Amino acid sequence: MTEPSASPRPIRVSVNGVDHERTVEPRLLLSDFLRHDLGLTGTHVGCEHGVCGACTVAFDDQPVRSCLMFAVQADGHRIGTIEGMADGETLHPLQMAFWELSGLQCGFCTPGFLITARDFLARNPDPSEPEVREALSGNLCRCTGYQSIVAAVLEAARRLRQAPPARFGKS
Amino acid sequence: MKPAPFAWCAPATLDEALDLLAGHADAARILAGGQTLGPLLNMRLATPSILIDINGIGELAGLHPDSAGLTIGALTRQSTLEDDPKLAALQPLIAMAIPHIAHRAIRNRGTVGGSLAHADPAAEWPALATLLGAHLLARSKSRGRRLIGAEEFFITHLTTALAPDELLCEVRVPPSPPGAGYAMLEFARRHGDFALAGAMVRLTSDAGGKLTDPRLVLFGTGRRASRARRAEAMLAGVSAGTALFAAAAATAATEIDPYDDLHASAEYRRHLAAVLASRALEEALARMNGKRHD
Ligand SMILES: Cc1cc2nc3c(=O)[nH]c(=O)nc-3n(C[C@H](O)[C@H](O)[C@H](O)COP(=O)(O)OP(=O)(O)OC[C@H]3O[C@@H](n4cnc5c(N)ncnc54)[C@H](O)[C@@H]3O)c2cc1C
Ligand code: FES
Ligand code: FES
Repeated sequence: MTEPSASPRPIRVSVNGVDHERTVEPRLLLSDFLRHDLGLTGTHVGCEHGVCGACTVAFDDQPVRSCLMFAVQADGHRIGTIEGMADGETLHPLQMAFWELSGLQCGFCTPGFLITARDFLARNPDPSEPEVREALSGNLCRCTGYQSIVAAVLEAARRLRQAPPARFGKS
Repeated sequence: MKPAPFAWCAPATLDEALDLLAGHADAARILAGGQTLGPLLNMRLATPSILIDINGIGELAGLHPDSAGLTIGALTRQSTLEDDPKLAALQPLIAMAIPHIAHRAIRNRGTVGGSLAHADPAAEWPALATLLGAHLLARSKSRGRRLIGAEEFFITHLTTALAPDELLCEVRVPPSPPGAGYAMLEFARRHGDFALAGAMVRLTSDAGGKLTDPRLVLFGTGRRASRARRAEAMLAGVSAGTALFAAAAATAATEIDPYDDLHASAEYRRHLAAVLASRALEEALARMNGKRHD
């Protein structure tokens, strides 16, 4: 039987398609594991209580708050972070649209918005503007005023309907 | 903003989880989706010495419709329900409510059982369970199985009838009565925030068009979600076309005990409750009469 233990334990996690083995304390947040143990600092940490969305990553292809999960819970699972979104040098259409339409200013919120929007467009490829706003309502941006973010997601949706990238939806 | 150290375990079976709870009831907390417990741990508002992580217990997740209604496993994620095409026909009110629970990333982890066991007075699930007359199945080594009616389960703000060694295993929702019209309205500062106030309604009528067993639940307006029994009594047996919804809603607003907090005053919550209740009654009537299909 599994006895509770606070001792560090070995985990194996696939991040952006690469397997990583580490030994971690149970209280280590998944966000801190990605940033500190793996050096993947593209996942940002704003509030650490689920409200800002900056730390959103894909967990088995579903967006989740990495500040509300422990690294030990990712053992045996697949994580997708912003570092895995572009295809080599080719930006994902969402990244391109954010860039072209100024969907970012300081960029702190951007990884969370992109991971959230990628999942949303996979489920709803032809959304209305209110649907985009609702889908992004769990991600906070202190710079843009959201207009340009919403415009970028709508533009990316239009481009994705015309030419979905081969890697779309993969994390 | 980092959790204090804790011992962690992830039982693979329900039986193992119940053994662990029996052995460590005073020191342990159940970790389900972690969307409420995570923030509490990160802010060190909760510092349990043991976490029993139930996420690996597959038998606790899933929807099981049968003639007795719909059984939903405690570990079922909100997004699993959101994506289930059967839900809107089986339980329209649950389908209406789920998109209002937080945001997709939170619904991907947050569980039905976690929401019920946490018993936030502004949360949707306790209100759903109360209106739909659900029963909650708790299990433990010391008491075996206990089936608890929703109105006995929710005691007050963040307090339920669960004993420290009990695990909430499933919620059982009776079948939706034929021809029922539902509505759920809430007012929140932003989409996905906890409601400042909310109303849920179910209307059914007999062959003569008289309302039978009308149900009105207000949430976010007191220590727990509760049925507005006096308002319900004003509507029961009344011909649906002539029912005085505004008067019933005004009565409902006198049956609650709203609180002041950072987000809204008690008086504002009472005002919202009356407005939302009245609109929800009208909407439920339109759906019952087949005049609204959304
Ligand atoms: C930004 C944000 C916005 C939110 N907005 C809303 C909202 O609008 N409406 C809403 O309803 N909720 C909202 N929530 C809360 C969310 O729905 C939570 O997921 C839910 O309340 C708790 O479910 P959980 O599975 O995450 O439980 P956990 O956080 O894992 O656990 C919550 C509590 O229940 C106990 N528990 C869990 N499962 C069981 C069980 N099976 N048996 C016994 N005890 C158990 C735990 O020990 C803990 O005390 C929000 C959360 C966040 C972070
Ligand atoms: S850092 Fe995780 S939601 Fe803000
Ligand atoms: S671009 Fe600065 S927070 Fe969004």
